Amino acid sequence: MTEQNLNSFRNQPDERGHFGQFGGRYVAETLMPLILDLEAEYTKAKNDPAFHAEFEDLLTHYVGRPSPMYFAPRLTEELGGAQVWFKRDELNHTGAHKINNCIGQILLAIRMGKTKIIAETGAGQHGVATATVCARFGLPCTIFMGATDVARQAPNVFRMKLLGAEVVPVTSGAATLKDAMNEALRHWVANVHDTFYIIGTAAGPHPYPELVRDFQSVIGTEARAQLLERTGRLPDLLVAAIGGGSNAIGLFHPFLDDPSVKMLGVEAAGHGLDKQHAASLAGGFPGILHGNKTYLLQDEDGQIAEAHSISAGLDYPGIGPEHAWLKETGRVEYTSITDTEALEGFKLLCRTEGIIPALEPSHAIAAVAKVAPTMPKDAIICANLCGRGDKDIFTVAEALGVEM
Amino acid sequence: MTRFQTAFTANRSALVCFITAGDGDTAANLDALVEGGADVIELGMPFTDPMADGPAIQAANLRSLAAGTKTADVLRMAEDFRERHPDISLVLMGYANPMVRRGPEWFADAAAKAGVDGVICVDLAPEEDQDLGPALRAKGICPIRLATPTTDAKRLPRVLDGSSGFLYYVSVAGITGKQQAAIGSIEENVARIKQHTDLPVAVGFGVRTPDQAAAIARVADGVVIGSALIDIVAELGNHAPDKLRELVSSLAKAVHDARKDPA
Repeated sequence: MTEQNLNSFRNQPDERGHFGQFGGRYVAETLMPLILDLEAEYTKAKNDPAFHAEFEDLLTHYVGRPSPMYFAPRLTEELGGAQVWFKRDELNHTGAHKINNCIGQILLAIRMGKTKIIAETGAGQHGVATATVCARFGLPCTIFMGATDVARQAPNVFRMKLLGAEVVPVTSGAATLKDAMNEALRHWVANVHDTFYIIGTAAGPHPYPELVRDFQSVIGTEARAQLLERTGRLPDLLVAAIGGGSNAIGLFHPFLDDPSVKMLGVEAAGHGLDKQHAASLAGGFPGILHGNKTYLLQDEDGQIAEAHSISAGLDYPGIGPEHAWLKETGRVEYTSITDTEALEGFKLLCRTEGIIPALEPSHAIAAVAKVAPTMPKDAIICANLCGRGDKDIFTVAEALGVEM
Repeated sequence: MTRFQTAFTANRSALVCFITAGDGDTAANLDALVEGGADVIELGMPFTDPMADGPAIQAANLRSLAAGTKTADVLRMAEDFRERHPDISLVLMGYANPMVRRGPEWFADAAAKAGVDGVICVDLAPEEDQDLGPALRAKGICPIRLATPTTDAKRLPRVLDGSSGFLYYVSVAGITGKQQAAIGSIEENVARIKQHTDLPVAVGFGVRTPDQAAAIARVADGVVIGSALIDIVAELGNHAPDKLRELVSSLAKAVHDARKDPA
């Protein structure tokens, strides 16, 4: 191994699935053999040109990649500092970055001979993307979704059903994403012989954080090439919203060994970091949940706290383990944005660029609005526009006090 | 002889009883289990996210937390139990996060001081033993591992390496409280496991009646009962002890006498 490799930020996790002290495989014994099978199959797939060819063909002709790299002139002018560019992953089929990962995982499921698919979903974007690939490949699909989220994301519930998925409302706990994941794990334990669990974010037991990152890295790989071509250089700052962190790790990972590129991950500060929020790096401590060790919102006894964010997709008390590691190494900086600030970011992009963003990237936009004015005009920021806002218009209307 | 060796004697099967700490009157419930004839007590540590458990034990966890149960309370219940019952094996069972929150050494030390014999950590795979195993072993506490129908011959040695006390065979690939496995499959799997280890093998998941318990007791070293007891606590709350004692008595008789039957 060369010295450069030893110093790389891109060679995680280790062979046991650890990103420094984070990650790992913390699952019930029933699931361990399957997790090990998945790891073996993914290792084979990674080295199989036919797997990559099929993945890339679907991304091109089904998802619509590469997604555009867009310079936002009016937003840049209004903020009066760095140039703001957006990676337009909201233009993907199904309207978010989630589909990239679902394509990769369903190809793995088919390679493993699994005949049924399950997934958890918060905002419903991952559920819709999973239901979509299941329809495309003709596999039955069950989506676990917190009953609270079923109520606040009704359009996505209807979409999933149209696509042929069964949506199971989960009523345990606070009936949100964390509880949906618990219920998906319970179902999986009882059906390991024929069922594949498509996890929606870069978290869970190894190898999920690694493979989700790899499938989402198409975002950063494209962005790097597009920016080099359009601006002749690398960006100064990358910005992305973080719930579990899959769109952020997908954007960041291909740039991690470019020392001039700074990165900012944006957690959801909900009502404020001193109140209910979903910022596990800012307000949490390392712990073990849902198969991995990472930062978690929890009390002094290790009981998991309920997260809160106006964005259902960020409403989770944990974060992917690679982000926990990147925070500890200092390679990536993390900040947080409140519900109120995210709504301002949402309105800002609608007004200046004619783009209705999802509430998740609205957090990234709000962070850009804070940092761009402090940077010189020749600096380049690239933010990930990881989802479109159609699904959120009812939530936004309610927050703004508008009756529809 | 350790308490586990006393519990798992060669000539009869042992009854292992699980209840969730802080759900109902735990001290009175534990006494009822012992009076009924339990050989090993598994005291469940409540957790907000019990992802390997079915509805009955999930609800017990939430009732306990809603009643304000803290880790310190669970340890105190264990310590008080040990004072009242110096000879009965006591196991803490739960999920990793509450066990490692203050560090594995803190937990192992506190459990040892409370007189705990073993710890079952549901979501700590043998691959992650470093998070708890060394600290427990240093304090003389047995890390008790689970084997399942999906634990094949290739993997079994990995599970057994570092296990002590007894091995918990989860007879169903699923969550607690659901259907029971066929007795033929249990017998086959227990025999397979016992080729690889001298540890006693206790079988659980889905066992509810004396007949089921007796059938398992003929082929395994121990029988674990959980959800059936939790259901009684759920129904009767602080008035559960009499009914618990009654059910455990019938289960204990079935388990202890199983090999005397001319089966």
